[in-house]
Amino acid sequence: MRHLLAIEDVTREEIEAILDRAESFAEVGRRDIKKVPTLRGRTVVTLFYESSTRTSSSFELAAKRLSADLVSVKAAGSSVDKGESLKDTIATLSAYDPAAIVIRHPYAGAAQMVAGWTSAAVVNAGDGKHEHPSQALLDVYTLRRRLGSLDGVRIWIVGDVLHSRVARSNLIAFQRMGAEVTVCGPPTLIPRGIEQLGCEVEHSLDRLDEAEVVYALRLQQERMAESFVPSLREYAATFQVDTRRLNPRQLLMHPGPVNRGVELSGEAIDSPQSLIAEQVAAGLVVRMAILYELLTGAERPAPTQGDGEGTPGSPTPIGTSA
Amino acid sequence: MSLTDTLDVRPGEQAHLVLRRATVLDPVAGIDGVHDVVVRDGEIAELAGPGEAKTDGAEVVEAEGLHAFPAFFDPHVHLRTPGHEHKEDVETGTRSAAAGGFCGILAMANTDPPVSTAADITALREQARAGASVPVGFLATVTKEMRGEELTEMVELREAGAVGFSDDGLPIQSARIMRRALQYQRLCGGNIALHEEDPELSGDGVMHEGPVSAAVGLAGIPSVSESTMVARDAALAAYEQARIHVQHLSAAESVEIVRAAKAAGVKISAEASPHHLCLTDEEVRSLDPHRFKMNPPLRHESDRQALIAGLRDGTIECVATDHAPHQAEEKEVPYEQAAMGVTGLETAFAALHTELVMPGVIDLGLLVERMAGGAAPFGLERPSLAPGSEANVALCDLGAEWTVGEDGYESRSQNSWCAGRTLTGRVLVTVAAGQVAFRLRSFALEVAL
Repeated sequence: MRHLLAIEDVTREEIEAILDRAESFAEVGRRDIKKVPTLRGRTVVTLFYESSTRTSSSFELAAKRLSADLVSVKAAGSSVDKGESLKDTIATLSAYDPAAIVIRHPYAGAAQMVAGWTSAAVVNAGDGKHEHPSQALLDVYTLRRRLGSLDGVRIWIVGDVLHSRVARSNLIAFQRMGAEVTVCGPPTLIPRGIEQLGCEVEHSLDRLDEAEVVYALRLQQERMAESFVPSLREYAATFQVDTRRLNPRQLLMHPGPVNRGVELSGEAIDSPQSLIAEQVAAGLVVRMAILYELLTGAERPAPTQGDGEGTPGSPTPIGTSA
Repeated sequence: MSLTDTLDVRPGEQAHLVLRRATVLDPVAGIDGVHDVVVRDGEIAELAGPGEAKTDGAEVVEAEGLHAFPAFFDPHVHLRTPGHEHKEDVETGTRSAAAGGFCGILAMANTDPPVSTAADITALREQARAGASVPVGFLATVTKEMRGEELTEMVELREAGAVGFSDDGLPIQSARIMRRALQYQRLCGGNIALHEEDPELSGDGVMHEGPVSAAVGLAGIPSVSESTMVARDAALAAYEQARIHVQHLSAAESVEIVRAAKAAGVKISAEASPHHLCLTDEEVRSLDPHRFKMNPPLRHESDRQALIAGLRDGTIECVATDHAPHQAEEKEVPYEQAAMGVTGLETAFAALHTELVMPGVIDLGLLVERMAGGAAPFGLERPSLAPGSEANVALCDLGAEWTVGEDGYESRSQNSWCAGRTLTGRVLVTVAAGQVAFRLRSFALEVAL
């Protein structure tokens, strides 16, 4: 793998390789010194054009635990505020010869464009409503640890599918790993034609019992103003996943941040069947694995663009000078 | 009758040419055979037997194996002047048209500021007389500054030379204003060309709504955002007995509405663009805004098939490029942020020849007919190769393969939907209103040698 731009481009074998790698990093997290020298002397840039807590902090910590030098750029307060184009920003950051650029952007395809402008490996940390591949990988990782395998597992993705990049990436990733996926929500929030991605579509929670895993999505407050739902009250009454609708053997997931009392009841969030905290923990090791796979993969070709000086190669062995 | 009775072009030398042994095809005039085409004094002077035309000091073009068609007419071009000359202007836009085999074009009025006054029309016509390679006509906006609120001074605009009216780029949202314009048309004449879209339904959409938009997470523009407005305006045109021209049809539902309206006797004409006839929303999976972002959007294969059927049965009488130049920095951004529109003048014929004629989807004669079909809806004479007609000729090599963009563009912008494609069929010479408007450089060299 050269970049991680979309789950759509990743095979089941590649997903499994990243998850296996993540398992090995889970062990690192239990050590006193939670750091490996794998990416020593390499630079990772995180570039966030949208606010983020989980994704940005876990990518940053992942880079640090792999001993990379980290540059974190937030659009607010940077030259982006001064009207610099994405292309020019990437050209500027590429001058530091980063090994990887992790980018979140409010518009679809941004990471893919960046990949054409830099010799660094590009990781899509969310592009508009398109994809959020690292989230899908950590969710698959979390489920695989709990269930052993996703083959034949019935997963319901519930909520605002229309505006969710997580829904799209997870739908693809879950299916690729052998799960059967149903998307559920009010017709206003289910994209027309999504059944052609191979999932079932439901507009009520009546048959939620069929699911082994319930994956709830965030409902943003502004959806009411746009008449996607008449009121949060009605939405919660119809689509909230609570302990009454959830049966005790079902697993509950959510990408965060949660609107307590809207898409999930507080009780459900805090119930033992909730994997939400495990998802956050998985985020760190899976993002370490992503950076590792992209930056140390044997098949990584030499950059085709850039200045050619100081081209990163294989990881520096422990104890040798760079 | 000449295109230049109504349109404006830079005056130049009248061509004196003999296209020796050209395969001449003009289905409307009933011409299909090998002839020597003699162009003299601005007219098709004669279609002589092969090898029989007298030279009389004319330039002789050995055209054996080449095709001579009536040159094409594009009723939908964005020349971007005034205001956005960094994208295109009269000179570059008409050069681009000439390179595509067009002998006449109509320029849209959604410039900056929009073409809303008689003075705007007068100034543009002057520019055309100074620098247009092919005759160009200008539309004026229907509403002042395209705000959709008040009608422009349509009588005065017509007197100044506006060929017709259009708020293209934006729909006329108010049914009341639309109706007033159609009523007023009885006074001023001039067809009203309509960009049909209900912004309430297209919202923040950037591509066709369907499985592909669901898959890539882009907000969709549903087909009904176009078809409901086509239905509204067909009904209004029927009620007011007015004439309307529906621009860039994209949805199957719209084609059906136009077909029914025509059958009911409504004075309605329609156009389709080469990109809607050749591409579908599947292309948008690439998230490439350079080639695949435009409004109306590329739609489903069933919509494309409906457009082709409409082209065949005459529901859609003409091909129009909706040539919409944009500079690189307006396209080198993520799909949702990128400007809408693609260029198309230089590739229209070649693309449709490659994608529709060569695979046998439509025949060559139909394409030739539809490529020139955009003149009549605006009251202009259809380009013809019948002797005595004004000389408007496109000489094409149907076997020539070329890669689009390899040698640059005549247009000032490069956002061609065909960029990088290899097309078969190339315009070698364009004669527009009796003047040689374009010669392919490599071909001209061969002739000289």
